[in-house]
Amino acid sequence: MLTKRIIPCLDIKDGRVVKGVKFEGLRDAGNPVEVAKVYDQQQADELVFLDITASYQKRKTLVSLVEKIAQNIFMPFTVGGGITGLQDIRDLLNAGADKVSINTQAVKYPQLISEAAGKFGSQCIVVAIDAKRITTKSKCLKWQVFIHGGRTPTELEAVEWAKEVARLGAGEILLTSIDADGTKNGYDLELTSAVTGAVSIPVIASGGAGKKEHFYDVLTKAAADAALAASLFHYQTLTIPEIKKYLREKGVLVR
Amino acid sequence: MIAIIDYGMGNLHSVRKAFERMGAETIISNHPNELKKVEKIVLPGVGSFGDAVQALRKYGLEEVIYQHIQEKKPFLGICLGMHILLEASQESEAVAGLGIIPGVVKKFEASSHLKVPHIGWNQINFRRLNCPLFKGVDDASSVYFCHSYFAQPKDNMVIAATTDYGIEFCSILWKDNIFATQFHPEKSQQVGLKIIENFVTL
Repeated sequence: MLTKRIIPCLDIKDGRVVKGVKFEGLRDAGNPVEVAKVYDQQQADELVFLDITASYQKRKTLVSLVEKIAQNIFMPFTVGGGITGLQDIRDLLNAGADKVSINTQAVKYPQLISEAAGKFGSQCIVVAIDAKRITTKSKCLKWQVFIHGGRTPTELEAVEWAKEVARLGAGEILLTSIDADGTKNGYDLELTSAVTGAVSIPVIASGGAGKKEHFYDVLTKAAADAALAASLFHYQTLTIPEIKKYLREKGVLVR
Repeated sequence: MIAIIDYGMGNLHSVRKAFERMGAETIISNHPNELKKVEKIVLPGVGSFGDAVQALRKYGLEEVIYQHIQEKKPFLGICLGMHILLEASQESEAVAGLGIIPGVVKKFEASSHLKVPHIGWNQINFRRLNCPLFKGVDDASSVYFCHSYFAQPKDNMVIAATTDYGIEFCSILWKDNIFATQFHPEKSQQVGLKIIENFVTL
């Protein structure tokens, strides 16, 4: 049986990890290669790197960084941030990324999803969706899609957009709740459930992890296929082995 | 010397890195003359079945693979590199596979219980315990999968391990000197590296 995945995420800027990382014994806690190795040792199921660098020149740094990481870890990893076209995807895959995560450009130019899936296979095309709850008078819950790292609202509704990206050939959805992100109050279970119930591709839930129970809830109640967290792991509030042990005891299939 | 075939289907560095970590001397090549000289061949691959087979034919590598296998030299196909060994695939029906292993490649049928692609860590259940790749590997170990299609060989005897994803599909194929994994050993941490080491030390 397929196991549920626990995925640490690193935010990268100019080739460095920018969210605080507090691993003891690391010579350089901001060096993504070193951090990636630690997560590999902890048997993370996968790694996600999100590059928040904008300029072209600096994106070349990302490609060489991906190469260095690929040489040092033996686990799957996804790279996202600033992907605008097939050439960006090809560069990252050739550098050793297993999957790429597309967000803003997927909204601006949805055909990129089908072109990329046709060219490289659905299994390596992840579409990231950043969603924020809309307050409506009706009881029907809705979430608005944001792009540009959560700064720009769009006219898309998240569940509808999820269905559309699946139809276009995305292999996976990385779903972040803007409301929950950074709160440590738990994943947005309603948002996650709504999306996992609407698509038949895997969904990675992101935003809000604060304690072990949150992982259990999102992987079982909301049927997420994977749960992603960043600062929780960086600060070692919880370690990956601790979470997996807890989930195993609760009967969730993990590696 | 182990050759990793480069036919333009995805990145080969992580495959190479894993083999080198396990002590292998490797080359990445698509030159028939170079490939004819090596002891072992690894055929990785990410992308679509049709593109992959056509790329192999374009480089004149189909013959090289037939010959290598006929000479009883070890061969390892990974993921799409496994599919290519069969006769045909639902992924690209107009293009015939190499037909080295009788059978076809099929797509998982998505349902509310079954997401496609099959992405993540799943267990390999040993069918043929004497498979040389299993040395030092526990039955039901988890390895990393990332695929929508799976091989369905005609002869059950070539199935060395299966994996449960809605159906029991062939996750390790083994026939004499031919080995193939549906999962990515190079991405499967210790278990994957052990399987690679077992191939390297054949």
